[in-house]
Amino acid sequence: MRRLIYFVLAFVIWILLTWPFVEGKIDGQVVIAGFIASAFVSIMFHEILPKEHHIFVSPVRIFWFLVYMPVFFYYVVMANLDVVYRALHPKMPIKPGIVKIKTTLKTESAITALANSITLTPGTLTVDLTDDGFLYIHWIYVKSDDVEQATKHIAQRFEWFLKKIFE
Amino acid sequence: MIDIIGYILIIIGILFDIFGCIGLVRFPDVYNRLQASTKCVTLGTFLLLIGVALVCGWSALSMKAIICAVFILITSPTAAHAIAKGAYASGVELWENSVVDKYAEEIDHH
Repeated sequence: MRRLIYFVLAFVIWILLTWPFVEGKIDGQVVIAGFIASAFVSIMFHEILPKEHHIFVSPVRIFWFLVYMPVFFYYVVMANLDVVYRALHPKMPIKPGIVKIKTTLKTESAITALANSITLTPGTLTVDLTDDGFLYIHWIYVKSDDVEQATKHIAQRFEWFLKKIFE
Repeated sequence: MIDIIGYILIIIGILFDIFGCIGLVRFPDVYNRLQASTKCVTLGTFLLLIGVALVCGWSALSMKAIICAVFILITSPTAAHAIAKGAYASGVELWENSVVDKYAEEIDHH
């Protein structure tokens, strides 16, 4: 099941990369090569791919993912305007530091998504994470160095969505 | 019409890239510079690629541009984590005016 899902994903990416949109017809050789390559990847490397493969076939999770995307993009754009403001301001209003936050997410994919979301959103950059669910965040303008307060500021707005998507 | 939207996205993307580079030069230490470069360059390059896809229309080139955009969105923050952790592990200090460093306790702990 797991291999089949990754096979289909790899094959779709292959088809998108090699699709001859200009001629409008599919080249048989390319499809066969893609079939072999995708089969090889999904059989050999399925163990290093994410373990939460059921996400890709669950409509509810895909729905929440699609809801999450606009929210995520809003924060990405705000993050960029924030960085532009700090970079161009003559006095450079920064107060950096590394704070610690606690996440309630459990699965590896969810924590990866949380870390990446935190990095792309206003003023924060994930530096490291520990096995017991703490993340070390470089914050460009530290509002609070308390674990609880920092978690509230940084992680809570994503955890709700990521829980729906990944757990 | 779609062409114009595509060109506008390309221009905005290049502007964000430029601002990211200004941040890269102005900010004081590795971690702040990573903030500027990761955020601005990710969004800038993403918008650039989406703009290219819109200008080129329904073609093989725009498919590749969209796939590249998605991969940049996934890999760029991951690369930033690796650089930040590597910088800290190899002893790069935080900026002297930094207010707090909780990560030092974690390093001492081990």
